[in-house]
Amino acid sequence: MTTDYWSMAFVFVLATFIGLGVIRRVSRLLHTPLMSLTNAISAIAVVGSLAVTGSDYPPVIRILGAVALFASMTNIVSGFLITDRMLKMFKKE
Amino acid sequence: MNHLTQASAIVATVAFILALNWMNDPKTARRGVYAGVVGMVVAIAAAWAQPDIIHHGWILIAIVAGFIVGIPLSMVPLTAVPQRTALSHAFGGLAAGLVGVAEYYLWLREGPEHFTTFRMTALVAEIILGFLTFTGSLMATGKLQEVKWIPQRAVTYPGQNLVNLAVLAAAIVLGGMIIAHPVEPWAATWFPGIVVLALLFGVFLIIPIGGADMPTVISILNAYAGLSAVAMGFVLDNRLLVTAGALDGSSGLILSIIMCKAMNRSFANVLFGAFGAAPKMVAGGEQKEWKQESVEGAAQILEQARMVVIIPGYGMAVAQAQHKAQELYDQLTKRGVTVRFAIHPVAGRMPGHMNVLLAEANVPYSALVEMHEINPEMPQCDVALVVGANDVVNPAARTAKGSPIYGMPIIDADKARTVLAIKRSRNPGFAGIDNELYVKDNTWMLFGDAKAVLGDLVRQFSTSGMH
Repeated sequence: MTTDYWSMAFVFVLATFIGLGVIRRVSRLLHTPLMSLTNAISAIAVVGSLAVTGSDYPPVIRILGAVALFASMTNIVSGFLITDRMLKMFKKE
Repeated sequence: MNHLTQASAIVATVAFILALNWMNDPKTARRGVYAGVVGMVVAIAAAWAQPDIIHHGWILIAIVAGFIVGIPLSMVPLTAVPQRTALSHAFGGLAAGLVGVAEYYLWLREGPEHFTTFRMTALVAEIILGFLTFTGSLMATGKLQEVKWIPQRAVTYPGQNLVNLAVLAAAIVLGGMIIAHPVEPWAATWFPGIVVLALLFGVFLIIPIGGADMPTVISILNAYAGLSAVAMGFVLDNRLLVTAGALDGSSGLILSIIMCKAMNRSFANVLFGAFGAAPKMVAGGEQKEWKQESVEGAAQILEQARMVVIIPGYGMAVAQAQHKAQELYDQLTKRGVTVRFAIHPVAGRMPGHMNVLLAEANVPYSALVEMHEINPEMPQCDVALVVGANDVVNPAARTAKGSPIYGMPIIDADKARTVLAIKRSRNPGFAGIDNELYVKDNTWMLFGDAKAVLGDLVRQFSTSGMH
């Protein structure tokens, strides 16, 4: 199996710089919701655990995948919900 | 990788970048959440629609379980948000670590052509980062939740840093050997050793860290969780994981830098410096006395002010005093007093903690002002009201070389004409350092629980007919 790892590294570097640029402009008022939002976003690891859980692999391996899937899903659900809950509270006047 | 996966990855990446971009203003921030949800749903749907996915039962069960646990976790009181955040970093690390372990044994089963040095290196990085984030974040959660058997104070012993680094080094060396010989029988046997060492290192890393350092530590763990997702992306050859993980990692990095700057400390110093164990300063010169003020007197001082700056700290959160602080804000604002809340970046137990608590109590965010914006105005401020804050207003940070907080930027409460400080007890703050602000000539102390004292102050304004 060959991985085009140079292009992966390239994507990583560019994404990091985009991240640094965008995050630097995030309102300081919102650093707590920012953390719960990025937490939900990085739970995108769910796509990896979903593949491990659902493919035709031995059950032991699929159990590892299912636990990982549960952990990621918990982060997605609680992360987005609590971020929205906190953001609703910020009122200008 | 087929077209569906690639296209969904692009859509999700765009959605995630927009989501973070909209966080630059409270007015557009909620749109950011919706963008994030859209990106996530698209990515999950595309991954689930792959022809390789033939077992759906376990996936459904895991997703339903995620909702069952996730929904209550999103409804915790806002004072508990730091520990919820730490717990979610733990889950993120666990997911990355488990997938890494699963992939290694899959590759062993399917044949040696899977093992390139690059992928194996990424896999070992994923496992070390994932599992150390898991236990490290669980420890942080325990300390923040004040679980009984985890000491909240920094726990240190001689040679601690050496032990910690040795454990990490052992994990890396073992990882390196397995990267070099991934298919040897001993490699498969010893592979779980990396997991155990990483789990241990996570615990050891957090043991010497005290409560005041939690904002930095949570940010660093956030960065680790993001990086473990990136490593997982390299392992699975999945660009979406790399981009989303990099966004999370850079967010953790920036927050860590902001927190470190706000304490005038380096990463290394936070992780290996054991702040809470700093030696106590011996007060030089004559010992000054506190001056105590009555609630009635304090109310009069506040009423005659034109500008009042309230400086909240973790003590406000502990006492659940944010709602009373808002009532005081209302009463004073009604009387034409300008009231601002001055927020130090490390006030509380995570970045932005005070802002969320005060927003929940209906304080408008236009009244929440950052440290470096309020400081130039402090000399014009009539009353600085310190509510459960200590180190972030300690003038020793400016003057006392050798003090553990020397050089830390502080809110210049001492430059206000009058300082009123609400304090639960006469003990020093979390860092164990005496605060000379409390004994200054223009400082008056109000001893008691922050919620009770603020409540008494509000009552002075609302019932005694003060106008």
